Amino acid sequence: MNAIDFSTRLLAATLAMGTSLTYATLGEVYTEKSGVLNLGMEGTMLLGALAGFATAFKTGNLLFALIMAMGVGGALSLIHAFLCVTMRANQVVSGLAITMFGSGLANFLGQRLGPASNRYNLTGMNLSSKFSNIAIPYLADIPIVGALFDVSILTYGLYLLVPFAWFFLYKTRHGMVIRAVGENPRTAAAMGISVSRVRYLYTLIGGMFAGLGGACLSLSFIPSWNDGMTGGKGWIVIALVIFSAWNPARVVIGTLVFGGITSLQFSIQAAGFKLMVPAQFLGFSPYLITLLVLTAMTIIAKKRKGAFASPAALATAFAIDDK
Amino acid sequence: MRTHLQKRDNRSMRMTILVPIISLLVSFLLGALVLLLSKANPLVTYQAMLKGAFGSQTKIQYTIAKAVPLLLCGLAVGVAFRLKFWNIGAEGQYIAGVIGITWVMQFWTFLPVWLLLPIGMVVGVACGALWAAIPGFLKAQWSVDETLTTLMMNYIIIGYAEYLYINAWKAPRGNMGTILYPEAAWLPRIWGRVHAGVYFALALVVVLYFILYKTRWGFELNMIGKNRRAAQCQGVCIKRNIVLGMLLSGAIAGLAGAIDSAAVTHQLTKGVNSGYGFTGIIIAWMSALNPFVSILVALIMAALETGSDALQIMKLPSAMGEVMQGLILIPLLAGSVFIDYRLVSRASHTEATP
Repeated sequence: MNAIDFSTRLLAATLAMGTSLTYATLGEVYTEKSGVLNLGMEGTMLLGALAGFATAFKTGNLLFALIMAMGVGGALSLIHAFLCVTMRANQVVSGLAITMFGSGLANFLGQRLGPASNRYNLTGMNLSSKFSNIAIPYLADIPIVGALFDVSILTYGLYLLVPFAWFFLYKTRHGMVIRAVGENPRTAAAMGISVSRVRYLYTLIGGMFAGLGGACLSLSFIPSWNDGMTGGKGWIVIALVIFSAWNPARVVIGTLVFGGITSLQFSIQAAGFKLMVPAQFLGFSPYLITLLVLTAMTIIAKKRKGAFASPAALATAFAIDDK
Repeated sequence: MRTHLQKRDNRSMRMTILVPIISLLVSFLLGALVLLLSKANPLVTYQAMLKGAFGSQTKIQYTIAKAVPLLLCGLAVGVAFRLKFWNIGAEGQYIAGVIGITWVMQFWTFLPVWLLLPIGMVVGVACGALWAAIPGFLKAQWSVDETLTTLMMNYIIIGYAEYLYINAWKAPRGNMGTILYPEAAWLPRIWGRVHAGVYFALALVVVLYFILYKTRWGFELNMIGKNRRAAQCQGVCIKRNIVLGMLLSGAIAGLAGAIDSAAVTHQLTKGVNSGYGFTGIIIAWMSALNPFVSILVALIMAALETGSDALQIMKLPSAMGEVMQGLILIPLLAGSVFIDYRLVSRASHTEATP
């Protein structure tokens, strides 16, 4: 296999891997911009993956499966919104609770929703249809870059959603409202904005995106359901939001890099290179890199004040009559 | 009538006790709902879980044995949470403890056998403490987000442990797992399945209670968590305390790993990422970071785990325990607001304000 072939395949694998991450990261950006930290991404993605797979398995309807994944992700994040916004619970602990509950529920349902012939288990079941790649004629034939035009409809969707998120958050009035709520809720409230309503709405939307991100894992690529199949991707998402400095436009860079690293190991193996390091080391490399990048970025942010600043009111409860 | 929350003048003692109890009941009701929706009979399932956890003497012993690492992990997380340091890495620190003791048991063969256990435990504790000190240092020095660093370090050490028991330290026979520790170096059993780790755990509860509630250092840790600025003004060194707090937290999690592998698994093998560290978060939060209350909560969590193991045999979904553990925090988080706030109607409030 030559270098061009290898690069094309690597980009294709990166896009497939990065799609799920990008959906969830976009969602978390929306949520955190409004001042709510949702650490429940891992559980929400897993439950989304389960809901999508189970629906597609029972009905064969992929669109319906996506809607279910979004609905379930949204519902789970509404619990988080209720706990953090209405009940003023600690957002870190609430997010952890959402992850534990979401993962537990997903694994539980995975043992219940399958066919009787498989002891009601969904693991090991195949789908009749999946989101396969759609090649755009001519464009898809370009070396390397062509991979961008031979992706699933889920990835094409991102080509619209990412620029939209940037435009929406930075160039529209409503986007300004969200940022105001996340930066300075007291002022926003004084302007007549309902802080709770905005936070509920964007926590909901963030959860729907996360559900969709989970469904990308279970419905495209190799459609399948496995216990805990997100394997920490929801936590990478939280880190990617920091790397992107809460800017949707930069989310893509982060997800491409991380999708790339994750798929590199598979591409290398597929290309038949002999690995110099044990497989397990490659397995945890994305997490090690996340740790190193996070540390490096935090140090830079400390030296250059203002770089990578989080929304000022992130993870703080707000009540209008608190003193 | 519209209602809203009004801050209480003092924390309500009654609510501090009532809220966790009611939350526990609510979570069982919610769990029943989940079971009903998935077409399982909640009464049958709960009964099976209860029997699985406490149905016989052996089962009670299993539950107590399981409660030991859970309690220790709960204590570990509790120390960090007291500082408002969100240590989600007890899982990894636990594994570090297992790796530490396994290293001693397997390679320090020049030692007399009776010394392997105490030295192994010390090394396990040290490994846990060091693994925790890294995110502690990163936080103290550059305020790197600890939820992410501790979590990433879990994944790193899970991968490393896998490398050890599949490749580097694999026993010559079998396809995974290290060779068993020499039998003379196992932590002895004291009652059936219950092992001497219980003594360590209970002693630690008392020691921790004393440190956290009766010493100056414990007071400092508490103050950093409650009001960082006030602590700083009092001349408390926050950086040093974060690292020290994490060393203690990791040491306890490492002890949990060392004890459990010396007493139960006797090797480093698949399943070392048991989730004890995560359950520890639930235990710490449910017990309001109180070491004595943690004993009770750890027993409940252990019962949920042994109870759901029993479900598997009865062809009921064994992941129910996982669902219940996740569910328990939700009503608690919702209810905790009533400890500091009271619900009042709008009408009475408007009269009170000028």
